[in-house]
Amino acid sequence: MAKFSKKPQDLIADIDYSKTPQTEWMDTPVEFKEHTFCWGAKGKNLEVVGFPNARDWSPTEEDWKLPQDWENIVMEGIKDRLSKYRSFKLFMDICVRCGACADKCHFYIGSGDPKNMPVLRAELFRSIYRRYFTAPGRVFGRLAGARELTLQVLKEWWYYFYQCTECRRCSVFCPYGIDTAEITMMVRELTNLLGLNTDWISGPVANCYMKGNHLGLEPHTIKSSVEFFLDDIETITGIRIEPTFNRKGAEVLFVTPSGDLFADPGTYTAMGYLMLFHEIGLDYTWSTYASEGGNFGFFTSNEMAKRLNAKIYAEAKRLGVKWILGGECGHMWRVLNQYMDTWNGPADFLEVPKSPITGTVFENAKTTKMIHITEFTADLIRNNKIKLDPSRNDNLIVTYHDSCNTARGMGLLEEPRYIIRHVCNHFYEMPEDTIREKTFCCGSGTGLNAGENMELRMRGGLPRAMAVKHVKEKHGVNMLANVCAIDRATLSALMDYYNKGVRVTGVHEMVGNALVMKGEKPRETNLRAEPLPGKEEA
Amino acid sequence: MKMLVPLSAVIVMIIIALAGVEAAGLQALFGIAIPYIAFLVFVIGMVLKVINWAKSPVPFRITTTCGQQQSLPWIKQNKIENPSTCFHTFIRMVLEVLLFRSLFRNLKTELNDGKVVYGSDKWLWLFALVFHYSFLVVLIRHIRFFVVDMPFAIEIIEALDSFFQVGVPLLYLSGLGLLVGAIFLFLRRIVIPQVRYISLPADYFPLFLVIAIAITGIIMRYFTKVDVVAVKNLTMGLVTFSPVVPEGIGSIFYVHLFLVCTLFAYFPFSKLVHMGGVFLSPTRNLANNSRMERHINPWNYPVHVHTYEEYENEFRDKMKKAGLPVEKE
Repeated sequence: MAKFSKKPQDLIADIDYSKTPQTEWMDTPVEFKEHTFCWGAKGKNLEVVGFPNARDWSPTEEDWKLPQDWENIVMEGIKDRLSKYRSFKLFMDICVRCGACADKCHFYIGSGDPKNMPVLRAELFRSIYRRYFTAPGRVFGRLAGARELTLQVLKEWWYYFYQCTECRRCSVFCPYGIDTAEITMMVRELTNLLGLNTDWISGPVANCYMKGNHLGLEPHTIKSSVEFFLDDIETITGIRIEPTFNRKGAEVLFVTPSGDLFADPGTYTAMGYLMLFHEIGLDYTWSTYASEGGNFGFFTSNEMAKRLNAKIYAEAKRLGVKWILGGECGHMWRVLNQYMDTWNGPADFLEVPKSPITGTVFENAKTTKMIHITEFTADLIRNNKIKLDPSRNDNLIVTYHDSCNTARGMGLLEEPRYIIRHVCNHFYEMPEDTIREKTFCCGSGTGLNAGENMELRMRGGLPRAMAVKHVKEKHGVNMLANVCAIDRATLSALMDYYNKGVRVTGVHEMVGNALVMKGEKPRETNLRAEPLPGKEEA
Repeated sequence: MKMLVPLSAVIVMIIIALAGVEAAGLQALFGIAIPYIAFLVFVIGMVLKVINWAKSPVPFRITTTCGQQQSLPWIKQNKIENPSTCFHTFIRMVLEVLLFRSLFRNLKTELNDGKVVYGSDKWLWLFALVFHYSFLVVLIRHIRFFVVDMPFAIEIIEALDSFFQVGVPLLYLSGLGLLVGAIFLFLRRIVIPQVRYISLPADYFPLFLVIAIAITGIIMRYFTKVDVVAVKNLTMGLVTFSPVVPEGIGSIFYVHLFLVCTLFAYFPFSKLVHMGGVFLSPTRNLANNSRMERHINPWNYPVHVHTYEEYENEFRDKMKKAGLPVEKE
């Protein structure tokens, strides 16, 4: 396959919202367009976690090597899920197709493909639900919006439900709160019953299951990765930090997405955490076993997500910590906020999180016992417990990207903004319809951050990129801040594509830069080893 | 096709009612039997539908949060858009059900000169409100046919509904609102390309039905001047279970009634069940408090996990070499 080389202006020129295909959507067969889908899951990765129909397969091949009775498996799977999830059942029945969601989806905005309208994405599935699970569908068939389940339909599902990032923006606008994320989750579960996942999701899932994190970093590698950061921090600040790993009796267990340990610019965010915890003298430990905050299992099935998530509480219990602190991540926090305690709680062996520095008790986490690092840091700043020099970030003109999941599956909106306002002097919001609960996905969530689907990612990221472009032109924004490891991994590519010159940072990288540490040497560079503003000559 | 079939269906229904009453003299069927059946189908159908939904549990708290969460005391929580208590969730639901809060947020996304722009778009919200409230008022007004003495509240509603004192008989705004609302909803379905593309026969059918119901109602009230006393005899007969078929009710009444019956009987099997469903939507009717209060999944079951012990067994040597603490030496 040739490398993705379409230019942004050509990509945008393709989009025409007023144009719909000549044929009805049921008569328009799915077309697997180059650069818009991920490779199929590898058999060995499915085997590791015991997923069915483990074998190598390719979405572009005619034969998907499905089990003989795949239709039955799908039907039983639907029945089972309808009985387990009221959301699923309800969302099948109550949509009136008003179309309020249609132009809210980043993939629709970036592609103009009507099957990317949330309503139509859901109809791809609803048509089957009607045919096999409702009386009108059985009797009137197509007249009632029903159709037969065929291999073609299955392929269409796979293509379009792996083109939804479960960002929930549509559910904000739906008058009944229909959440396409719920439907996508269910259909993805069904595809997993047939061994139809993507390589980019199933690989990290297998890694996380066996090694504790998506990237497959083994215990000694985690330690050595962190040690690299410590060397850099020492070079920059003159301070040698000595964090601990798997230490029993620490007060706090710190869990962050493994992406922060692996690639720029996430690594700078990890350095920020290390510096902050050192400066305030937090009694905490990293874990190499529970070394992943994110949860790619969430993009396969509820059960797999629970299996991966179980490590966090198990490790907190083994180490005997009092509470858990979580790093900057998006979907990780939807899972921790809305699922973890229900799956793997009660965490009655932990205590309600209490900041040892400020004494603040985090009542909002009194059952999960886990708080977000921006809640923790905002509280430190509010209580004047850390000294900050925001002028060190004066070269940055910052805007902030809300992650879908922290915005719409939690409501973490002000905490990161409060920190940003204290660690830098130039902060500008993107247009109001593109932030907070109306924020746009980076275009690469739910495991779509692969390389082979780059056109899809650039299309899905278009609305976000356009909003950044707006503040870039208006205020000269050159730094896109966020609290999400997937954002850090993917927004850089998006910015390079649409807005050259805009870079990407985690909030705690900026904290690390602004943090005035006790006994530090005069800083010459930021965490990226670039000269600080005013120190360029040196 | 998508419009033709439902349109023909409504026309055929009108013809059936006309023929049934005028040619076959089936007043009793259309005036008594079918209304009873339709009412039963509606009530039983809706009850079963809601029971069916309720039978599936809500395993997770999947609130869609549309504002600041409850966190630190000095950060102002958006208690309505991101409720953490039952009371605030209730307010959120009231706004959703009575004022269509989410629809009010609606935006229009457009590409302008290679730039994506968003504009406010409140038309759907406005006409949806007009449509639904008109429908409600029309229904309430019809209570007069089913009670001996008019309750005072209904008289007030009627008085407000005919506030402008136009025409004889006085023009009811709700009748007009229902028609205008339904026509708007129909027009946007055919004018907006995306909405036209997603529309199914099941989207046009109830609209045609409602439009026909409104038109026949308006004709009876303002033009043919139906014999209201005779109609009330029939309806009172229905509610007192002593049905009668009074003389002198024009055929158009039976057409109107048959279409209403069709709508009622169709209701539980169609998208119109959103009337009940909106109350049950888990993204709206749950508080976002799952970090504060434990939410139980009734079908939560134990799963296979990769334990720390298994993990250490695999990596013990590497861990020791790296100076990481281990459970077993």
